[in-house]
Amino acid sequence: MRLRELVNSKELLKEWMIEKLIWICGISAIFFVFGIFFFVFREGADYLLRGFKVTEFFTSIEWYPTSRTQVRYGALALITGTFSVTLLAMFIAVPFGLGAAVFISEFCPPRLRESLKVIIELLAAIPSVVWGFIGLTIMNSLILNLFSAPIGLNVLNGGIILALMSVPIIVSIGEDALKAVPDSYREASLALGCTRWQMIFRVLVPAARNGLLAAVLLGVGRAVGETMAVLMATGHSIRIPGGVLEPVRTLTATIAAELGEAPVHSDHYQVLFIIGILLFSITFVVNLTADLVVRGIRRK
Amino acid sequence: MNENKHSIETRALSLWYGEFQALYNVSVDIGHGLITSLIGPSGCGKTTLLRCFNRVNERYGNVKTSGEIRILGKNIYDPDVELIELRKSVGMVFQRPNPLPISVYENVVFGLRLHTPAKELTRARLDEAVEEALTDVGLWDDLKDRLKRKATDLQLEQQQKLCIARLLPLKPEIILMDEPCSALDVEATRQIEELMLELAGRYTIVIVTHNMAQARRVSHECLFMLMGELVEHSRTEDLFINPADSRTADYIEGRFG
Ligand SMILES: Nc1ncnc2c1ncn2[C@@H]1O[C@H](COP(=O)(O)OP(=O)(O)OP(=O)(O)O)[C@@H](O)[C@H]1O
Ligand SMILES: [Mg+2]
Repeated sequence: MRLRELVNSKELLKEWMIEKLIWICGISAIFFVFGIFFFVFREGADYLLRGFKVTEFFTSIEWYPTSRTQVRYGALALITGTFSVTLLAMFIAVPFGLGAAVFISEFCPPRLRESLKVIIELLAAIPSVVWGFIGLTIMNSLILNLFSAPIGLNVLNGGIILALMSVPIIVSIGEDALKAVPDSYREASLALGCTRWQMIFRVLVPAARNGLLAAVLLGVGRAVGETMAVLMATGHSIRIPGGVLEPVRTLTATIAAELGEAPVHSDHYQVLFIIGILLFSITFVVNLTADLVVRGIRRK
Repeated sequence: MNENKHSIETRALSLWYGEFQALYNVSVDIGHGLITSLIGPSGCGKTTLLRCFNRVNERYGNVKTSGEIRILGKNIYDPDVELIELRKSVGMVFQRPNPLPISVYENVVFGLRLHTPAKELTRARLDEAVEEALTDVGLWDDLKDRLKRKATDLQLEQQQKLCIARLLPLKPEIILMDEPCSALDVEATRQIEELMLELAGRYTIVIVTHNMAQARRVSHECLFMLMGELVEHSRTEDLFINPADSRTADYIEGRFG
């Protein structure tokens, strides 16, 4: 009797400790997010409050952070750069990713499904430098040859690379969303004489709408925040692109390229951190929206 | 026997899920315009047999069948049979009510929208179909002001009636029901049974049930199945009062199952 109580209380203690440990792991995530935001903000705050010209930042394309005569921090070209590459990437990745999600969840024989999922996870695990390298070499020469473009490192190159990087996210979250649609909806619609495509378009996609939207948003978040690959694939030219074959530079690539050169706590350094704050806010909003959308599904 | 008297005829129907044989040589004629109930212990293949009649079994990749099923005189495994047409004329009601997550109205016209060219579907035609179908199942008075409501928010029994109603605009000949009342309470069950009796004659109804009292109340004929075999098929009163097979007698007296 006593022994059992002892064992029980020992078990209880263990439970308690594991519970606390997991609690700390969970809480630390919040701590890190706020910590990072605080740090990024602190590095840029001084200049943000002192001399930062908001209008110039958002409306001018003149980015001359190291000019001897007149330093200018116009980020419009960089913002357009990020925007254009992301847009092109989504243009490719969304149809492709959602199509693949539908295929895997609705058409694929179980065996093939498992191997496809593994391959897609592998795709997600490729480091971004490697993607950048592919952009720099294979994609570069492909674009040069196919389009006889003057330069192979451009919006198209970066867009394709980013698309390939976001597809795995879109596929896996999209597939989860479709899998979560109750099978009874499928049976109901098939028994009413739907073809598979009618079932997909009239029943499954509307029912999984929120999850699919979240998949797309997370893909966007991935594309906006990506640095290394776009730095290598987009060709470093600060201007508003007139077409997909023109080189650009994104916000992320700018930070990566210039932070090392900028003297710590100089204005330049701080503006780069302000760009960081901007990026942080964009991805935060995108991810938050995605999250709220997903939560919307759960509640239903 | 006259062809026209039977809506469903099977000959030596066997079915395998992979290696496992779930139906053995089932040969049965199901009378036109009658309610036929399918009884038997759990796992004897009632659902499997029912799902053969509109070929939804084929969803599972590992299903293999042999033998013949004729519905309204036509072998449904003939290569020229359109699955879509078959499913239009053979409606199905499931164990758990499964209205689609769209409005009541759209649920009822879902089938029409699938099978009729969009330009023939005038508002008036759709409205009429909805009113007629909902009236037939006794939901019209309750729901006529709430047609835009999401069907999945209705009470379970209303959902199940709606699942019957959405079959009607397609003018099916046969309605298959797999334990349609097992998720419902006593009162709702009574209502569905009444509805079935009203629909009989116009439609051929096949109902799977675990509830023998229900089989006695609603059905004209009864099929008793055991371990994938059809043991007995006779008029309901005969089967319950005077079963021909000793296994049937054992089952209805509750000695097993
Ligand atoms: N998709 C499937 N894959 C493999 N085996 C199956 C499948 N569906 C049913 N079975 C098996 O086939 C047999 C008959 O199943 P079925 O669902 O037709 O029985 P049932 O008479 O409807 O039972 P219940 O009264 O429990 O609904 C069972 O042994 C079941 O395990
Ligand atoms: Mg069953």
